[in-house]
Amino acid sequence: MVDVLIVGGGNAALCAALMAREAGASVLMLEASPKDWRGGNSQHTRNLRCMHDAPQDVLVEAYPEEEYWQDLLKVTGGETNEPLARLVIRASSNCRDWMRRHGVRFQPPLSGALHVARTNAFFMGGGKALVNAYYRSAEALGVKVRYETPVTEMLLDGDRFVGVVTEAGERITAKACVLAAGGFESNREWLREAWGRNDRGEWPADNFLIRGTRFNQGVLLKAMMKAGADMIGDPSQGHCVAIDARAPLYDGGICTRIDCVSLGVVVNREGERFYDEGEDFWPKRYAIWGRLVAQQPDQIAYSIIDRKVVGRFMPPVFPGVVADSLPELAAKLELPVETFMETLDGYNAACQPGTFNHTVLDDCMTEGVAPAKTHWAQKIDTAPFYAYALRPGITFTYLSLKVDDTAAVRFADKPSPNLFVAGEMMAGNVLGKGYTAGVGMSIGTAFGRIAGTGAAAAARAAHTIGRH
Amino acid sequence: MAAIDTLMDLAGKAERELDANVAEVDRILHICNACRYCESFCAVFPAMTRRLDFNVADAHYLANLCHNCSACLYACQYAPPHEFGVNVPKALAQVRRDTYIEYAFPRVFGELYRCNGLTVAMAVSLGVAAFLIATILIKGSLFVPGLEGEFYAIFPHNTLALVFGAASLFSVVALAIGVTRFWRQVSEPGKPVAMPAAVGEAAKSALTLQYLGGGHGDGCNNKDDAFTLWRRRFHHFTFYGFMLCFASTSVATLYHYLFGLEAPYPIFSLPVILGTLGGIGLLIGPAGLFWLNMRRNPLQMDDRQKTMDRGFIALLFFISLTGLALLAWRDSPAMPLLLAIHLGFVMGLFVTLPYGKFAHGIFRCAALLKHAIEKRRPNPVQAGAD
Repeated sequence: MVDVLIVGGGNAALCAALMAREAGASVLMLEASPKDWRGGNSQHTRNLRCMHDAPQDVLVEAYPEEEYWQDLLKVTGGETNEPLARLVIRASSNCRDWMRRHGVRFQPPLSGALHVARTNAFFMGGGKALVNAYYRSAEALGVKVRYETPVTEMLLDGDRFVGVVTEAGERITAKACVLAAGGFESNREWLREAWGRNDRGEWPADNFLIRGTRFNQGVLLKAMMKAGADMIGDPSQGHCVAIDARAPLYDGGICTRIDCVSLGVVVNREGERFYDEGEDFWPKRYAIWGRLVAQQPDQIAYSIIDRKVVGRFMPPVFPGVVADSLPELAAKLELPVETFMETLDGYNAACQPGTFNHTVLDDCMTEGVAPAKTHWAQKIDTAPFYAYALRPGITFTYLSLKVDDTAAVRFADKPSPNLFVAGEMMAGNVLGKGYTAGVGMSIGTAFGRIAGTGAAAAARAAHTIGRH
Repeated sequence: MAAIDTLMDLAGKAERELDANVAEVDRILHICNACRYCESFCAVFPAMTRRLDFNVADAHYLANLCHNCSACLYACQYAPPHEFGVNVPKALAQVRRDTYIEYAFPRVFGELYRCNGLTVAMAVSLGVAAFLIATILIKGSLFVPGLEGEFYAIFPHNTLALVFGAASLFSVVALAIGVTRFWRQVSEPGKPVAMPAAVGEAAKSALTLQYLGGGHGDGCNNKDDAFTLWRRRFHHFTFYGFMLCFASTSVATLYHYLFGLEAPYPIFSLPVILGTLGGIGLLIGPAGLFWLNMRRNPLQMDDRQKTMDRGFIALLFFISLTGLALLAWRDSPAMPLLLAIHLGFVMGLFVTLPYGKFAHGIFRCAALLKHAIEKRRPNPVQAGAD
């Protein structure tokens, strides 16, 4: 019997596997996907939010614990757990040497991401390069990996882990286990149920795109709920951003972002604006726009810009809809031309003189229009005009197994002796809602390492008991 | 008429293929430009971020800037089997071959790139060798003992100098015209920059093969996602081996014309030491590159180039092998035969030089220089700051 069984194959699972193996345990990983798609959502990530008190290799200046905590407090609106959040923050300050030992390489912030040069350490080549490095290291250390092995059932003896049953019906037992198999964002049925039906009679989740893997079906979350594990979080909460409506249903990843939102206006299907597009830099606001678009009729919205700002934002992956006049653009988008023109004319008339500068929070704002646009408000008046349709893109869900600082799964507020959880399956303990770049990887890395260490110790304890 | 139609068909097909290869680069780089995770691997991605669209000139430039290290393929979240099917090294390799054809001089000879492979290289070399052997036979000097390394008793020095001088001069001129055409196509006028610094940087990148280091210095990918420095090392053996052989020939030429010292030179003379060291490099380097080439993941390469790669590798290897054999047995009766075979391979290299893999070094240096120049100018796309 193997000492530690890891269910999952992304960052948190790999961190757990490596730590358990380093602690001397024999480790078997079960990854649901084929090798080509391994790594879950981690293959789409790009950085780790890191606390640091002084400049460190790729990180500039300082990002002290308190500031990190305040940032987290702000984005979650207080729906977090301070001790666990601080544990993640502190762990982010000292995990990178360990990551480097396992082959992860860091790079200076990417162009278009200078705003996080101080707070986030970027993986060279992105998350898939990190995942590849961890797999190479794990296999070199003797971790066994089985691909295309989804787990469908948990075998428990009260609060004690016994084993799992795979989709093929195979029963695999182990002395301890770490669950790190992701959220349920790829399960469209469950999303539908979680988001429910709105006042317009729509099922909003039917129009969501999934930014990441298709393998996060939430099978184990459901199994653990059924087994009576303690849960935390609202199933409709998650990291949800506005992305190009033409993105593929799964795995569109980073390149489907539309970064021109803050430089133009956004209208809904009725041709009306609904939120301050220039509230803050887009990278600081993209995480609220998924939800904003989800609330619009038909869950669609259109970012409208003109010639003046082309080349001033990260180039989108698909070409925009182009027209030589605004009415023509509205017609091409099949929006009500009259309302659309009222919105645009009203906005243009409300733009106050200012000095446009997309690299700072500039003084271009509207006056006398609702909603106001508070920065980068320039008249949209220079042909050609471009439009990009937006849809909510869900990155991961926050419904989680409740944990304390040991990462142990809990039943009726008592920790299991040998079952642990990491990554998206428990991120909701720290993230009740909202998101800030790179914190998912901070949580996955911190709790993956804790869970792996805990599982190795539990396996050792089981071994000792077994011998007596 | 039918023959003309067939030819026109072929020409049309080749043209469409070139367009399709550039279009594929444009499609892929639009995806890359929206992602940018690979920015630190090499020069291709920073160069990409200076553009929003990719025309033929851009594709030609970026194709030659790419060293095919393939770090970006294994790191790519959009690589096959993803429906976006992003494979930057392969798309650029396909265009790279097109650029060699496009800029070759004379232009019609560019078509030779389509067929200049292992077979052509070997056929030319062995053909020349056979011709030389026949010549010696007619003169009756094959397997004549007592020549004691007197190469010029077999082929007079001036004959050799004339034939090989003419061949190498043609190669140099053809390559120079080709790379000039390439430079004109890919360069746009811009703000003047500090040229010595740009040239220095390009030279350093070329001489250290910086971009076979993968950005982190762990190396590039060959078989799978693991990094190896051996591709860089074997290139170094090959390149510096070649340069040592070149130095050996140059020193010998000086000896001959300046000091009247004629070959054969003693074992511990400068030409022989340089040539021997270079020859050893040209055995280890090409052998290693061939070994890596055999194991390279087919996803990383343009399949049609494999034979060109291997033809060049084989020529270098056999030039060195026959050269060292000639040195070892230069005092034996086998000398004339060995000399003929060695000269056959040297001529094979010279003749195919402007239409084979050798060109990659020249075009890559030009692309590195262009990159070193353009990075010193302000980025025309200001998407970066947010």
